[in-house]
Amino acid sequence: MRLDPSVYRDLLLSILPELVMTGWALVLLLFVAWRHKTTRDLRIAGWLTLAALASTAIAIWWLWWNHTEIEGLAAMIAADDFRWVADWVLLGGAALTVLISFFYLEREQLLAPEYYVLLLLATLGAMVMAAGSDLMVIFLGLELMSVAVYVLAGFDRRRARSAEAALKYFLLGAFASGFLLYGIALVYGATATTNLALIGAQVSIGGSSIMLLIGLALLIVGFGFKVAAVPFHMWAPDVYDGAPTPVTAFMATAVKAAAFAALLRLLNSAFAGVPAWHDILWWLAAITMVGGNLFALGQRSLKRMLAYSSVAHAGYLLVAVTSGGPEGSSAFLVYAVAYTMMSLGAFAVLSAKGRGGESDVLIDDLAGLAGKRPWLAFAMAVCMLSLLGFPGTAGFIGKWYILIAATSAGQDILAAILVLTSVVSAGYYLPVIMAMYMKPEPIEAAHVDVLLDRWARAAVTAVVVGLLLFGVWPNRLFELARTAGASIQRPTTTTTTALPPTPTH
Amino acid sequence: MSYGPWVITLLLTWPLLSGLIVLFVPTRLAKQVALAASLIEFAISVPLWWAFVPSGGMQFMVDLPWIPAWGIHYTVGLDGISLFLVLLTTFLMPLSVLGSWSYITKRENGFYALLLVLTTGMIGVFVSLDLFLFYVMWEVMLIPMYFIIGVWGGENRLYAAIKFFIYTFFGSLLMLVAILVLYLHTGRATGIYSFSYAHLLTQIGTLGPAAWWLFAAFFLAFAIKVPLFPLHTWLPDAHVEAPTAGSVILAGILLKMGTYGFLRFAVPFFPGVALNQVVQLVIVGLALIGIIYGGLVAMVQPDFKKLIAYSSVAHLGFVVLGIWALTLQSVQGALLVMINHGISTGALFFLVGMIYERRHSRLIAAYGGLARVVPLFSAILTVVSLSSIALPGTNGFVGEFLVLLGSFRTYPVITALATTGVIVAAMYLLTALQRVIYNPLTHHENEKLTDLSARELAVLVPLLVCILWLGIYPKPFLRRMEPSARQLIEQVRPGGTQGEPPFVTANEGGGSQQ
Repeated sequence: MRLDPSVYRDLLLSILPELVMTGWALVLLLFVAWRHKTTRDLRIAGWLTLAALASTAIAIWWLWWNHTEIEGLAAMIAADDFRWVADWVLLGGAALTVLISFFYLEREQLLAPEYYVLLLLATLGAMVMAAGSDLMVIFLGLELMSVAVYVLAGFDRRRARSAEAALKYFLLGAFASGFLLYGIALVYGATATTNLALIGAQVSIGGSSIMLLIGLALLIVGFGFKVAAVPFHMWAPDVYDGAPTPVTAFMATAVKAAAFAALLRLLNSAFAGVPAWHDILWWLAAITMVGGNLFALGQRSLKRMLAYSSVAHAGYLLVAVTSGGPEGSSAFLVYAVAYTMMSLGAFAVLSAKGRGGESDVLIDDLAGLAGKRPWLAFAMAVCMLSLLGFPGTAGFIGKWYILIAATSAGQDILAAILVLTSVVSAGYYLPVIMAMYMKPEPIEAAHVDVLLDRWARAAVTAVVVGLLLFGVWPNRLFELARTAGASIQRPTTTTTTALPPTPTH
Repeated sequence: MSYGPWVITLLLTWPLLSGLIVLFVPTRLAKQVALAASLIEFAISVPLWWAFVPSGGMQFMVDLPWIPAWGIHYTVGLDGISLFLVLLTTFLMPLSVLGSWSYITKRENGFYALLLVLTTGMIGVFVSLDLFLFYVMWEVMLIPMYFIIGVWGGENRLYAAIKFFIYTFFGSLLMLVAILVLYLHTGRATGIYSFSYAHLLTQIGTLGPAAWWLFAAFFLAFAIKVPLFPLHTWLPDAHVEAPTAGSVILAGILLKMGTYGFLRFAVPFFPGVALNQVVQLVIVGLALIGIIYGGLVAMVQPDFKKLIAYSSVAHLGFVVLGIWALTLQSVQGALLVMINHGISTGALFFLVGMIYERRHSRLIAAYGGLARVVPLFSAILTVVSLSSIALPGTNGFVGEFLVLLGSFRTYPVITALATTGVIVAAMYLLTALQRVIYNPLTHHENEKLTDLSARELAVLVPLLVCILWLGIYPKPFLRRMEPSARQLIEQVRPGGTQGEPPFVTANEGGGSQQ
């Protein structure tokens, strides 16, 4: 199906998933204005959210099934397989977040169904980011997502740490947005357009100017903040630590994946002709992997450890981005699927153990969990091994794909850094397994209240099954990722006449 | 159905399946079920001995696509090198289950299930003929061992377990990158992207200076596993803390994966580097240091288990020496030492475990004069120790003699020095033997020790039979190894086996009966 963005109907079709999501968000907003008192209202809101995510996924599937493409070059929004697959990852992450939010909100007495509205809006923003093929659309999506997540981070408003997290995230996020906007402005100044494809065409013809390079650097800094790459990661541990755990899980997975999707599209379609970004990202990836893993090694709190580990994983994803090419994009998608599952699974188990935000759960507090809650411990062990990149789990497959992308791009040293830092990561993932399986319970009733309700259990089960399944039989996932990864960089067959006039300096 | 290619797949899936079953049977039945499962596994593998045709190629091959997008196949097969390691694995597993019968008292289901899963991993390493599959198996067997040490180990088990894990993980991940580079290199050169062992081996072409890095990555992974001095420090910790079955499997099979890796991958893939004068000298030198240093350190150990652990470093030094000497005799000798070490050291660990169960001490000084109290135990310990020392007539002699004989032509000086390792072995083991069995009975706790039970004899007798069989008549083993060893040497050094006598007619077995 080919869409012509100058026709109204086609334009609406190209943003159908976002429209469906927006409609649901408005319905949900009306609903919570009317019913927001009891836990039952909260449940209904949660179910409506799941319905919203499911119907959006179906809309995406429909567009994907019909091979939707957008005619012409300079559209604001892309319609390619990369967008659909990235959207599915985001929706999947959001759905798992909803499933672990049910019991969490009730247990922590966060009886405000607006939570789900914000979650939907954040997901919507993430989808817009993954879809945008224009700097302004990407920025729009980023802000929509970020503002919703700022509020979500401070959702547990009775706890000081949650408020601190929200404020910190807001201040630094706003700062990062400033960088990003300034970068957009400079790029616009250099190329007279904000459209990614047109920027790419400009660059391939006219080469890069100093202004463009500074703009690119600022864009990378802005995204560096959003994905929590070292040295722009300072906010991440505190924010992840303070936010309610399901929100942390959402931030670590969907928010990060959306920022990476936008970054990939930006670099591959707009800056393919500027090789400088490979070098910048090379260093960014290297220090993020080294830094994230080394910082995580020193953590005793489970939640902070997971926060730093998500920094480390941002480094692995940066390796995929740096490698570039269709391989890099496919590797990103595969890893994003694996990472979303294993990270959410780990946070789900953590939320079962903790109380009051889980920031005080030490790794050693899990001691003896395997004896009392064997399935929960098993799920956590699978997630940890997958995060470690152990064969038989999806985490290994993802890492393997990234390594393939890196080595085939000639980045052997980066690949070596990746595996060496993975060895370091064994130093903090294994103690979790050790505590659960090899240490005795500190007191008899240490794990009595470690419980998940049935929906959270369903989420954890789905995660474990998915991790093991993709770990052993990833063929379908590869096919999907391969076509999607290739779709992001269709060779541009433009002529100069399609371009806007070059600005006169 | 005739005995055919399905057998390897069955050997791989059966332990996994039965491991799952063991996990869910009632606890009191766990060990019985595990014993039955491992005996069935052994029974499946035994006919391989006869079905195997002594020739150079791979047999019982299965080749199915697994992840076709990357040229990853499920390819398994056996040759004269891996056959015995597979048989050794299936042979030691029932004994390990039986040896843990009363030693393991908590979480029995988990323990026996892990032992069975471990079997799959170990056999998988030896039969994989696809480098991706090999890597997966190589890592997969890490987890059960990690749990076995960490959950059922001694006092300091957490430290030992994580050290074991991280050492191995470190080496194997570098190997992973090397495998990938190899895959992309041959893929670009030939247009066929495949992880198949045969494809990579024949199409590897000229690698240029990259060969050095790739060899280093493979070598490091295997050298850690062997373990080659100075990468051996994880071994004493892991051995001492692991439960008896864990130590037996660790010494008997896991260490052999490193030397197997040398033979199968590191040397044939990069003959240019492996046969470089300096590289050879460094590696053989490290092996020699391992032989002497391992023996000397073993001599001063107060802990019997640690003594055996260090003796492993020495024995594996002989294997590395034999592999790098690369003559028909030395390679076959190395293969025999691999098997012998699995049997003798396995038996030693079993014996230490049995006495530990009675006395709860592994210190040599805690014993003395046991010959009068537990004569059967003492007799068996003596025989096993002598075989570990390589006394003529036992298995140990045949292997080490062949290694020394074969290596002498390549490295006369180093081999002469390595021979002193045999003397050192006699010094530490005989001293320990004397202090445990013969000296006066000074500890009164030892007066009430009970001798070996029928179950314990059932563990030890098969090992004793092997010790004598291999010591007196190793020909059936050598006959099956020879074509594969010859092929390997020819592959690495064309014409390397010319002028060497075909072994099986040589009189080395009888020569030991002087």
